[in-house]
Parts: sequence; structure tokens; C-alpha cells
Amino acid sequence: MQNNTNRSYYLVPYFGWMMLFVIAPLVLVIYFSLFDLHGNFSFINYQNFFTSVYLKLTLSSFWYAFLITAFTLAIAYPTAYWLTKTKHKQLWLLLIIIPSWINLLLKTYAFIGIFGVKGPLNKLFESMGIGTQQILYTDFSFIFVSVYIFIPFMILPIFNSLDKMNPTLIDAARDLGSSTWTTFTKVIFPLTINGVKSGIQAVFIPSLSLFMITRLIAGNKVITLGTAIEQQFLVTRNWGMGSTIAVFLIMFMVIIMILTGQKDKGALSNEQIK
Amino acid sequence: MNRSSKLSKVYLALVFIILYTPIFYLIFYSFNSGGTMSSFKSFSLEHYKAVFADTRLIMILINTIIIALLSALISTAIGVIGAIGIVYLKNRKSRNALLSLNNVLIVSPDVIIGASFLILFTMVGVKLGFASVLISHIAFSVPIVVIMVLPKLQEMSSTLIDAALDLGASKREVLSRVIIPYIKPGIFAGFFLALTYSLDDFAVTFFVTGNGFTTLSVEIYSMARAGITLTINALSGLLFIVTLLLVLGYYFVTNRTKNPLRTGVPK
Repeated sequence: MQNNTNRSYYLVPYFGWMMLFVIAPLVLVIYFSLFDLHGNFSFINYQNFFTSVYLKLTLSSFWYAFLITAFTLAIAYPTAYWLTKTKHKQLWLLLIIIPSWINLLLKTYAFIGIFGVKGPLNKLFESMGIGTQQILYTDFSFIFVSVYIFIPFMILPIFNSLDKMNPTLIDAARDLGSSTWTTFTKVIFPLTINGVKSGIQAVFIPSLSLFMITRLIAGNKVITLGTAIEQQFLVTRNWGMGSTIAVFLIMFMVIIMILTGQKDKGALSNEQIK
Repeated sequence: MNRSSKLSKVYLALVFIILYTPIFYLIFYSFNSGGTMSSFKSFSLEHYKAVFADTRLIMILINTIIIALLSALISTAIGVIGAIGIVYLKNRKSRNALLSLNNVLIVSPDVIIGASFLILFTMVGVKLGFASVLISHIAFSVPIVVIMVLPKLQEMSSTLIDAALDLGASKREVLSRVIIPYIKPGIFAGFFLALTYSLDDFAVTFFVTGNGFTTLSVEIYSMARAGITLTINALSGLLFIVTLLLVLGYYFVTNRTKNPLRTGVPK
């Protein structure tokens, strides 16, 4: 018995830390969302959120997040699949992961140059006779750069779930006469659905809250919930409205987590970070 | 069969090219004597010299490294102790509650963490600057350390501790001689991950840093908003080398601890 009380001392610093930096900030965000610009208690921020401006913003944010996630998944799944077929797969995986360790700002900055009016892509366009195009500050550049940033985070969980799959199952499906495509849709994909789900979780939620890429690559447009929060907190200094958007973003986050949640909790935490 | 394997090679090569092109593009133009990222005039190291001559930039670099090292160290300490506490918890319900609390900070978008910490620091009265940035970096690193250490603790057999206690080890000795050595790989992994998270963080720092204090990411952001300066390219060249060394160091350390037998054989 004495053992137990002693051991629970281990939890004190950690638990205190979590209370201070998980619970307290959450409570404060909800608290601040209930005050207007002049510090009076009101639901005005919530009323404002349900006006067309913010509803449109939310819709566009979801639309962009959906596009980014879909493209990332479409590129990442085949990559992860073929990576597991290579000889030195762990080495190749490491090579895929290294770019994600390079500072995010630098990678984004590189695209300012690549997509610039005088950049290499426009030079290519000119030599092909298409002529100079405005690439920077368009939807295309925003989605492209975001997909580029997120690809490794989608590949990793899918790779891990593909790697864990028992290869004899594929042989069995082939022996029983299923085509390559049927084997994929009926055997491989369902068995790796957990990896896909964690990948979607790791891409969709951050996509909703991007603000650095929207500022640098998409111009000064406010098209994501993250940009709106940054705008309210740091530009217009309306913390109440910013907190309200944050409350909704947290709610969306919880919903997405439930939708992409997995029954096996232990597998999730192991897969996310290897 | 042959055709599909060829296709897969082409596809993988394409993905690799796309992933690495921007990085090498940046580094390539860092040697450009001209001032743009579009036409390469001639080879020069002037932008690297500019980085080292810029004392303000060097100070920011030092600040970033200090924040990363300190936050990684402190969060590793808190995280390891927390993970041990979680494993010892007998009550399954409260253990799961703590774990999901732990996951909240990992999954939360940076904007939310940044904005809510900004409110917290303003309410408590912490001056925005070094302290607020350090505390926030520790805050978002602790859960990562816990996640990395927990599996190691769970696979450790409790009979090891019983044996040590039976042999007369004190509680402190059990911790320092049995538990810590066993979970060392997890601790290293957590420390390195915390280090890279801190070095890479932009959004949280952007919210909680005041006027006087900047980290590298925030500085690059304000430089990039002003337009293209090849100083950033030179910086990225330097950072790329540092990142590679970190990755190699990380794999060296984790592989060494994973295979204790292999290191015994001289090569």
C-alpha cells in the first residue's frame, strides 16, 4: 500500500503541467469567446460566427482541407505501397521523411522562388510557348505547397500499416483467383484502413488551421479557420472573436478525431510517431 | 509484373524528385552571386558570409538553439516522470483519461495552442519573450516524450523491479539503475523529437513571442514576407546540414541502443 502512495508522486509534476497547459488554456479560450470587444459578457461572437462571412469561411476552409487531404492521400498511398516493395525499405522511408525535418518556413519560402513570375516553372512555361502565368497567390499554389508539406505525414502511417500486413494474405487472394484490383480493394485497402485514417487525421486537422502558407503562398486572403484566428488575435486584436473561431475549430477537431478514431488505441499512438 | 515494377520505380523517383527539388533549389541559389532565385550569375559564398556577419541573425540562431535544447531537456524530464507515473496508475479509467489529455496537445492545431497560450500568458502575467516561448515549447514537447517513453515502460517486466527490490535496492536505485537504463532508447527518441519540434515550430512561437524576442522560424517568416533575400537561402543550406547531422545522430544513437551486441564487435 505504501508503495502505491509513493509511486503516485511521480504524477504530480506531469499532472500539474497538463492541468496548466491543456485544461487551463481550453477553459480560457471558452471564457474569452463569451466577451465582446469591449469586455462585456455576450454571445455576440457566436451570433457573428453564424453570419454568412464566417460560414463561408468555414466552408471554404473545409473545402481546401478536403482537397489537400484527397490529393495527399492519392499521392501518398501508391508511394507507401511501392516503398514497402523496395529492397531497403527502411532506408527509403528515411529518405522520404528527411524533407519533413527541414524547417517548414524554408520549404514554403522555396516555393515563393519556384512559383515566382521569373521562377523556373514560368521559364519552362515560356519555353513551351504558354507564356508567363501568375502561379503564386492562386488556389493551385496554395494546395500544391500544402500537399507537398503534408505528403510525408500521410506516407508514414500508411507505410507502417502496409508493412505490418501479412503478405500471405495477398498470395491467398491471388491463389483464389482475384485480380490485382480486387486484391487491392478487398484485401489490401481494408487491412490498411487504420493507417489511412491516422494519415487523414494528421493532414485534415492541420489543413483547417494553416495560416503561414496562406499568408506566404496564397497572398493575404483569409481562406482557412487558422488564418481567421491569427487575423483576430494578432491583427485586429479581437480576442473574443478569435477565441470563438478557436472553439469551433476545436469542435471540428474532436468530430474528425471521432470519425477517424480507431478501436485499438495503442496502435494509434504507435503509428503516429515512429 | 515487370511493367508494374518499372512503373513503381518511375513513380517513386518522381515523388523523390518533387520532395527534394525545393530544398536543393534553395541551396543551389544560396551560392548565387546575383540577388535573385531566378538567374544564376556566378558561384559565390557572399551570402554565407552575410549570415555570419549579421550579429542579429546569429543571436537569433543562438536563441533558437538555446530554446530547443532547454525545452527538450526539461520536457524530457517531465515526460519521463509522467510516463512512469502513468504506467504505475492502477486505475484503468484515470490512466486512459490522462492519456487522452496527453493526446489533446499532440493533435491540437498549432494555431489553437498558440492562441490559447497567448491568453494564458497574458492572464497570468508572464512577459512575452524568452520565458513564454520556452514554456510553450516545453508544453507541447512533454506529450511527445510521454508517447515515446510509454511503450518502453509497458514492455518492461515488473519482475525486474521486484527482483531489484528483493536484492535490497532502494527506490531511487530502482529508478536510476533499472528503469532509466531500460527505457533509455525511448528517452533518446523523445529528446530528439522534442528538439526537432522546437527547432521547427513556427505557429506557436509566432503567437507567444513578444517584440524583443525572435526564433529562426519567425525571423524567416518576416524576411520571406518582405521578399526574396538570398541570406535565407544560405541559412537553409546551413540548416540542411545540421538537420542531416541530427537525423544521422538520432539513427546512430537509437540503432546503437537497439543492438547492444553489434557495438561490441569492432569494425
